Amino acid sequence: MLRTTEMDPKFKYEISKTPGSEKLMLCFQCGTCTADCPIARFTDSYRPRKLVRMVQLGLKDRALSDDSIWLCTSCFTCVDHCPQDVGTAEVVRALRNLAVKERPMPRVYKELSSAIRKTGYAYEIPQLRLRQREEKGLPPLPKGDVESVRKLFKATSFSKTIEEEEE
Amino acid sequence: MAEQELKYLLFLGCVIPYRVSSYEVSTRKILDKLGVELVEMPEFTCCGLPLDPVNHDMMLGLAARNLALAEQQNLPIMALCNGCFGVLNHTNKELKEDKKLREKVNEHLKEIGAEFKGTTTVKHLIHVLAEDVGFEKIEKTIKKSLNPLKVAVHTGCHVMRPSKYIGSDDPENPTLLKKLIRLTGAETLDYIDENECCGNPIIGVNSEIPLQLARHKLGNIKAVKAHALITVCPFCHMMYDLHQPRIERTFNEKYGIPVLHYPQLLGLAMGMSHEELALKELRVKASELLTLL
Repeated sequence: MLRTTEMDPKFKYEISKTPGSEKLMLCFQCGTCTADCPIARFTDSYRPRKLVRMVQLGLKDRALSDDSIWLCTSCFTCVDHCPQDVGTAEVVRALRNLAVKERPMPRVYKELSSAIRKTGYAYEIPQLRLRQREEKGLPPLPKGDVESVRKLFKATSFSKTIEEEEE
Repeated sequence: MAEQELKYLLFLGCVIPYRVSSYEVSTRKILDKLGVELVEMPEFTCCGLPLDPVNHDMMLGLAARNLALAEQQNLPIMALCNGCFGVLNHTNKELKEDKKLREKVNEHLKEIGAEFKGTTTVKHLIHVLAEDVGFEKIEKTIKKSLNPLKVAVHTGCHVMRPSKYIGSDDPENPTLLKKLIRLTGAETLDYIDENECCGNPIIGVNSEIPLQLARHKLGNIKAVKAHALITVCPFCHMMYDLHQPRIERTFNEKYGIPVLHYPQLLGLAMGMSHEELALKELRVKASELLTLL
């Protein structure tokens, strides 16, 4: 059951101002995204059409606390197939971006963020692999420009999200 | 007309040096043979893709920084990973078109003394091979036809979709990689759900679903009796090669399908040895396949 008190009329505008989600309100719920989604094929819990509807209705809390938003692989099949050019995968990404400001992010993203902040790369590449590169005749891997990366974390305010996660 | 200069900034990304160096080794070998010059870019960092789910601005910042560095070198970028290609190409085109977004991203870049101007281009290895090197030139380097081989193809998502930002192949019926494979003499086999995602991007959140996706694909590939699966992305490769034994254990099934990076296949046709192409680094051994050649 839906209660009007659950609905935030401004939520759809919050989402539709993010790049790629501008046409959110044009979704007429045809269900092509869900029908063609490779993930929806293997699990009942992920339904992109439903997530778009939740946003249109302003069901902010429900949408942001729905763990299924983390199941999109960003294969962009829905983006290519949408007859209304809604950019469904981009709407899901916008939901994820907002969700992490209010609640803990999945652990894997904490690990990726922390490796990038520390080394400039998504993974901390072990010394052994670096030595093996030499043996294989591959050029040495550069040290990532960590200082610039850190400054970008600050400039985009992402450092705030990450520091809250670390606390 | 003067021949196009084949010189690119190599965008290696993170996962290739971390786990899939056979892709890098074999790529360097075949490009050297084709006269493609690679310029190392020590200043590059992560492309930005891993952070898109948690902070889109941060992804844009990292991608735009890499693009701005390439602009200074006045050379195009060549990525080996579908993910790096997708995010760098998308960001490059979006920032060129969207002045407001460009200004916002450049505000962030100002903090590190960089600026996105929009003067570089981004290509994936298969675009460089098919469009810049060209089929004719590749054909001339083939020494040994891989004629007895029948292979299945997995192009991967981010080198095709969203099609409005890429457009060099038809995501509903991709042919670019197949054409490149046929140059080696190997036959390409069609199979069900060929264009479906490997599932790897969510394996850190939920491993069960991607394993089901990969199992489904491996089953369809086995059904057409392919000798191997060919990929051009380290993430797709990990899903089918590195995780194949785990899929076999989980579902109590046997696939035994070797997964080769396209440059490994091309290198074999160029007459290179399996040692040179780092075939022994594959999790699913390709020894049986080699006896067919």
